[in-house]
Amino acid sequence: MLLIHCPYCNETLPEAEFTYAGQAHIVRAEDPSSQSDDQWEEFLFIRANVKGPHYERWRHFHGCGRYFNAVRDTVSDKFLTTYEAGAPRPDLASLTEGQK
Amino acid sequence: MNAPVSSFTPGTLVETSAASVSAAMPCTRLSLRARGDLAPFEAALGLSLGGHIGSRSSSDALEAMRLGPDEWILHSRHGDVSGVVAEMAALYDSHPHSLVDVTGREVTLVIEGARAAELLTLGCPRNIDTIQPGAGRRTAFDGVTVVLWRDGESSFRMDVWNSFAPHVYELLAIGCRELAAERH
Repeated sequence: MLLIHCPYCNETLPEAEFTYAGQAHIVRAEDPSSQSDDQWEEFLFIRANVKGPHYERWRHFHGCGRYFNAVRDTVSDKFLTTYEAGAPRPDLASLTEGQK
Repeated sequence: MNAPVSSFTPGTLVETSAASVSAAMPCTRLSLRARGDLAPFEAALGLSLGGHIGSRSSSDALEAMRLGPDEWILHSRHGDVSGVVAEMAALYDSHPHSLVDVTGREVTLVIEGARAAELLTLGCPRNIDTIQPGAGRRTAFDGVTVVLWRDGESSFRMDVWNSFAPHVYELLAIGCRELAAERH
């Protein structure tokens, strides 16, 4: 079982308390009616399918109930970091530095 | 077939040498969502809302636990909370928030006895020891969201939604009997 750090509870807890919620940092257009069909398709359906560090959303469902963001390596299944929703995307180089 | 989904009578439901499970007396439950400056809400409720997630505070009338960054559950053993509700309602214009009566949503199971903490490990994925006596958490029990109040080393209260309560109770009852049947 994965252990996930919830940035709101500030505790590292079992995966069973969390639910996965897709790729992070996907922003809805400020003015939706200006979007073309291709842009809508991109926003709704096109995802990165990363091999390696992936920016993704999780929700502490059986706990504080909050959505937060995480960087998880999809190869090793290791969490590099978790951070509060709305916080800027952390720099990948600084996260992977200690692992080389 | 048409029996109520949850029909626990307050009192002891199962008791073994390991632990006991009983249904608590009904109490009034309020769900509070608020953010920003908490001071006006603390003044209206007469208790403190700050503190980390899982911390508790109480006044004469109310007992509160912080469930999330902007969410609290309030219990009142003494029934009448209309005064508090009115005081909070007066704050709506200046401090938007949500205070909802959720009394009918849950039942409370009281879990006590020498091996109560061990009994909870049957369904809780998290380490029970990380919840200090006098604190609590919202967590999962066999996949069901429950609110756990730790009143003492081996004294817990568990708020369960009505529809899940029979399942959770059955599991706890089996656990009580199993722990008591163990030979050392």
